Amino acid sequence: MLILNCPYCGVDAEETELSAGGEAHLKRYGPGASDEDFHDYLFMRENPKDVHLERWRHSNGCGKWFHAARCTRTLEVFGTYSAQVYEPPQEIKDAISAKRPGWTWRDFS
Amino acid sequence: MKHYSAFAVAREALRYHTGWERAWRSPEPKKRYDAIIVGAGGHGLATAYYLGKNYGIQNVAVIEKGWLGGGNTGRNTTIIRSNYLQDPSAAIYEKARSLYEDLSQDLNYNVMFSPRGVMMLAQTQHEIRGYQRTAHANALQGVQTEWIAPERVKELVPIINIDGPRYPVLGALWQERGGTARHDAVAWGYARACSAMGMDIIQQCEVTGVRQDNGRVVGVDTTKGAIDCDKLGIVVAGHSGQLAEMGGFRLPLEAIALQALVSEPIKPCMDVVVMANTVHGYMSQSDKGEMVIGGGTDGFNNYTQRGSFHHIEETVRALVETFPMISRLKMLRQWGGIVDMTGDRSPILSKTPLGGCFINCGWGTGGFKAIPGSGWGMAQLMATGHSPLTEAFTLDRFKEGRFIDESVAAGVAH
Repeated sequence: MLILNCPYCGVDAEETELSAGGEAHLKRYGPGASDEDFHDYLFMRENPKDVHLERWRHSNGCGKWFHAARCTRTLEVFGTYSAQVYEPPQEIKDAISAKRPGWTWRDFS
Repeated sequence: MKHYSAFAVAREALRYHTGWERAWRSPEPKKRYDAIIVGAGGHGLATAYYLGKNYGIQNVAVIEKGWLGGGNTGRNTTIIRSNYLQDPSAAIYEKARSLYEDLSQDLNYNVMFSPRGVMMLAQTQHEIRGYQRTAHANALQGVQTEWIAPERVKELVPIINIDGPRYPVLGALWQERGGTARHDAVAWGYARACSAMGMDIIQQCEVTGVRQDNGRVVGVDTTKGAIDCDKLGIVVAGHSGQLAEMGGFRLPLEAIALQALVSEPIKPCMDVVVMANTVHGYMSQSDKGEMVIGGGTDGFNNYTQRGSFHHIEETVRALVETFPMISRLKMLRQWGGIVDMTGDRSPILSKTPLGGCFINCGWGTGGFKAIPGSGWGMAQLMATGHSPLTEAFTLDRFKEGRFIDESVAAGVAH
């Protein structure tokens, strides 16, 4: 069972307390954007078979949204971090790099 | 290939079954094929079969990373139905359902198609309206379905509890010619028929790269060496994104785990397939007597072919309310498969930005029922460049806003 630490209330929450919110750090294109950008924003997910940065909500707990870095191939969790950031903090990036050298993600906006 | 028949069984019985031959060959890959299909699941094998049967393209290889039919083809709940709302979906799923009717004769392999009827329960007022609308749409599409009252539901499924306090049964969408088939046999039957046409099914061979020249596919790199081809069909479900990346394009997909489970075998108690979308569980009884149970997907991206236990608990808890007699059943096995979900929950059967390369993916949680129709349409697309069955399911429909919005129609992922 997946267990994530909520960075807000500090609880080690298991899956039944959490709701998955999909890929993190999307750049939100709106009116005036090109068709290409709008299409990619709506439909094109990274969907990696490895390191995945994603949003979760501690819905049956403190109710706050947060971010997690997780591997979709092994379900290993590299860490969780605040929702108020545009990219993972350095210690999360280091934690991922320690386990998955050379991992990549699209450009952070 | 020796023909399977009652006579063959009698003949082999007389010689102690020493004369049966392997159902398909396991050859080493040749240098070059007219067409290569990546993925020897139901959809891939059906594509190869109809390429050979309908278009005479028989110099074909089907390349499989694992073993034949070992992915989602061997992991689903074997339900076959075509009661979809949107015209393009109804067309391809009904084509598939009608091909299932005589698939055993066509392939000379018993796929055990059992048109026992599929019932989709309405348990809220919203569902009543939704399913009545689908029944009317199906009438216009030429798909035989009907709206039935709770009394008829009880008559068809005596073990159901139609007046539960939480999930009362208010009626159902009933497709009499829907049902189930033996999932492994579908893959095996197509494989045997492909092999008989001289096609090569290459198992334990992973594609590691897609070779291209001037924007056209010229072959694939595999763990058994490079193989040339004129046309490439990618039919790999959960791992479509990885293959597309090798081909230099991206797909609007996310990979998610979907689970199913079976109970211990019990005596025959339910001879139709029942789907309850409000509570999100579906159940049928296999020929061995096991209750085959499926539910919803897990919520997060996952490539591990195993899911979260609490989803099983939710599915079973809901089904116990609707079928009280299953409450003491022991569950025997549980498993997961990786489904490739698109934004509109409809599949993608399309040309790709890479010339000569075709993609068949995005069947999400409902691919098994579509295998013959998908193969039929995909083969037509690969052979002629156009198929009326697949023309609505193009890769660029997301950009153009031409969604085939079945996630709304079904109320759930199907």
